[in-house]
Amino acid sequence: MTTTAPPAPVRSRPSSPGGRGPSGGVLNKRRGKVATVIMLVLAIAWLFPLLWALYNSFRDYSYTQTNGYLSFGGWTLANYENAWSRGNFGLHFKNSLLITVPAVALTLFLSSLVAFVLARFSYRFNLTLLGIFLAANLLPPQALLIPVFRMFREIPLPEFMSSSGTMLNSFWALILVNTAFQLGFCTFVLSNYMKTLPHEIYESAELDGASVWRQYWQLTMPLVRPALAALATLQVTWIYNEFFWATVLISRGDKYPVTSALNNLRGQFFSDTNLVAAGSILVALPVLVVFFVLQKQFVSGLTLGSTKG
Amino acid sequence: MATRTARRQSRRVEKKRGARDRLVISLMIGVPTILVVWLVWLPAVASVALSFTKWNGFKFSSIQWVGTKNYVDIATIYPPFWPAIQHNLIWLVFLFVLPTILGVVLAVVLDREMWGSRFYQTAFYLPVVLSLALVGFIWQLFYSTDQGLINELFKGNVDWYGDPDVNLWAVLVATAWRHTGYIMLIYLAGLKGVDGSLREAAAVDGANEVKTFFNVIFPVMRPINMIVLVIVVIESLRAFDLVWIINKGRNGLELISALVSQNVIGEATRYGFGSALAVIMMVISSVFITIYLRIVFREDRR
Repeated sequence: MTTTAPPAPVRSRPSSPGGRGPSGGVLNKRRGKVATVIMLVLAIAWLFPLLWALYNSFRDYSYTQTNGYLSFGGWTLANYENAWSRGNFGLHFKNSLLITVPAVALTLFLSSLVAFVLARFSYRFNLTLLGIFLAANLLPPQALLIPVFRMFREIPLPEFMSSSGTMLNSFWALILVNTAFQLGFCTFVLSNYMKTLPHEIYESAELDGASVWRQYWQLTMPLVRPALAALATLQVTWIYNEFFWATVLISRGDKYPVTSALNNLRGQFFSDTNLVAAGSILVALPVLVVFFVLQKQFVSGLTLGSTKG
Repeated sequence: MATRTARRQSRRVEKKRGARDRLVISLMIGVPTILVVWLVWLPAVASVALSFTKWNGFKFSSIQWVGTKNYVDIATIYPPFWPAIQHNLIWLVFLFVLPTILGVVLAVVLDREMWGSRFYQTAFYLPVVLSLALVGFIWQLFYSTDQGLINELFKGNVDWYGDPDVNLWAVLVATAWRHTGYIMLIYLAGLKGVDGSLREAAAVDGANEVKTFFNVIFPVMRPINMIVLVIVVIESLRAFDLVWIINKGRNGLELISALVSQNVIGEATRYGFGSALAVIMMVISSVFITIYLRIVFREDRR
C-alpha cells in the first residue's frame, strides 16, 4: 500500500451489561476446535514468509547452493555484513530518519491545529474543510505526480538546505509531500478524539480569560496524548514505508530513504537469495520493533479513526 | 442535546473573541490548508489542465494545446493502456474475492474470545507493517527461478516475477499476504462496536451463527462494509510499489499508476500524455472518494 489507510467511521456502542464473551456466539465445542485448528494453520502460513527470510538470512550462500534451500545448516552472519555494506544501509537508515521524524512531527502538529479548531468551534465551513483534507488523503498520489514533480524542479533551495539546489532531490520535498498527504487522516482522528473531551473545561477556561492558543496548547494537547501516541506510531511506520514519492522525487542514489533504496538493491541482490533475505530483515527491523514494542498504539491508531467516544 | 447548547454558547462567546484570537484561529486553519491546497489540490487541477496539452516538460512556452488528443491516443494507439486497465480490474476483483473476504471471515471468527486469539491476530497483521516494496523483496525468496522455494519444492523452472503469463498472479498472492490482515483489523474494530445485545437477542431467538451474522451483524455493519469496499477499490487503483520494484510495471505487470510514472521519470517525458492517464485515475478514484466522504459525514452528523 501505499501507506495510507482511510479511517473508518463507526461509533462504538457500549456493550450490554453481560458483555459478550464466549457466550456472545453460539460456538459449540466441536466447531470451536475445528476453528482453532484452521486458525492455527493459517496463522503459521502467515508467519512463514518472514520466518523463512529470517532462517535463510543466516545461511551461507554456497551451502544452500550445494544442499538446496530445504536443508539445515550453513550458519553465518556474513549475509548481514554483506548486505549492510553493499546496500549502504547506514546512509539510507540515516536518510529515512531525517525524513520520517520531521514529517511525523509536522503532520501531528499541523493536524492537531486543524482538529482543534474543528472540534472546538462550529463554523459553517467545518465539513468542507474536513472534506478537503480527507479527500487529499485518498487521492492516488500518482495522479498528482506530474505537477508536483515539475513544480519541485522549479523551486530553488539554498545550498545548505539541499545539495541539489532545488526541491527535487531534497528531503524537504519528501517531508512536505508526506505531511500534506497524511494530514487528512490525522485531522479526522484527532478531531473526533477532541470532540469527546468535556466541553465544560473550555467554558471555565473562557471564564479565566484563556486565549485560544492556550486552550489549544495547555488544555487540549495534554489531554489528547494517547491519540497522539497512537498516531505517531502509525505515521512512523507509514512514512518509513512510503515508496512512491521517494522513488520519483529522488533520483540520486545517496539520497534515498531505506524503502525506496530497495529499488537500487534489487539488481545487486536478486542473484543471491540469502542476501535478499538479510536485506529484507534489515529493512523490516525498525518497523517490526515498532510493531512489537508499540503494538497497542499501532492497533489503536488504526481503530481510533473507527470509534467515537 | 447538552453539547448542542454548549456549542451555541461557545458561538455566542465567539463574537466577543478578540482580534488576536481570531488571527490565531485563522492561522491554525490557514497554514495546514495552504499546504494541502498547494501540494494536493493545485496539482490535481494542473493535472487536468495539462492533460489537454502536449509538453515535454522543459520550457513553459513549449506547451501546446491539443484538446482531447491525448485521451484518444491513450485509448487507440497506446499499447500498454488496455492491459493496464485489465490488470487493475483483475487486481480489484482478486483483492475483493480472496483477501478481503478472508479478512472479514478472520475478523468474525477472532471477534469471539477463542484460545490464542491474540497470537492469531498478531500473525495476520504482522505483514501490515511492512511496505509493499519490501513484501516484493521477501517473496522473491519463494519466486526466484533458480533459488526460490516454490521451484525447489515442485522441481519447476518458472520465472514467477518475469513470465508475463504468471507474474501478475504471483504479485497478487504477495499483495494478499499483506491485505488480508489489514482488512481483518478494520473489520475487527467495526465488530467491536456492534451492540452485544443484538447478538444475544438473536441467540435467544435460536438463530445459528451464520444466520446471526448475515441477518443481524452484517446489516448493522453497513458503513464498515462500504468503507472496506472503498478501501479495496482505492488500494487496487493505487497499486504501484510491488510492480515498480519488480520491473517498473512492464511485461505483464502494467498498471495505470506505473504508466503515469513511466511518462515522467522514464526515458521519454510526455507530460501531457502522462497527465491524461493521471486524470483517468483521478476520475475513477473521485467516485469512490465521494462515496467514502458521504458515509463519513453521515456518521458524523448522526
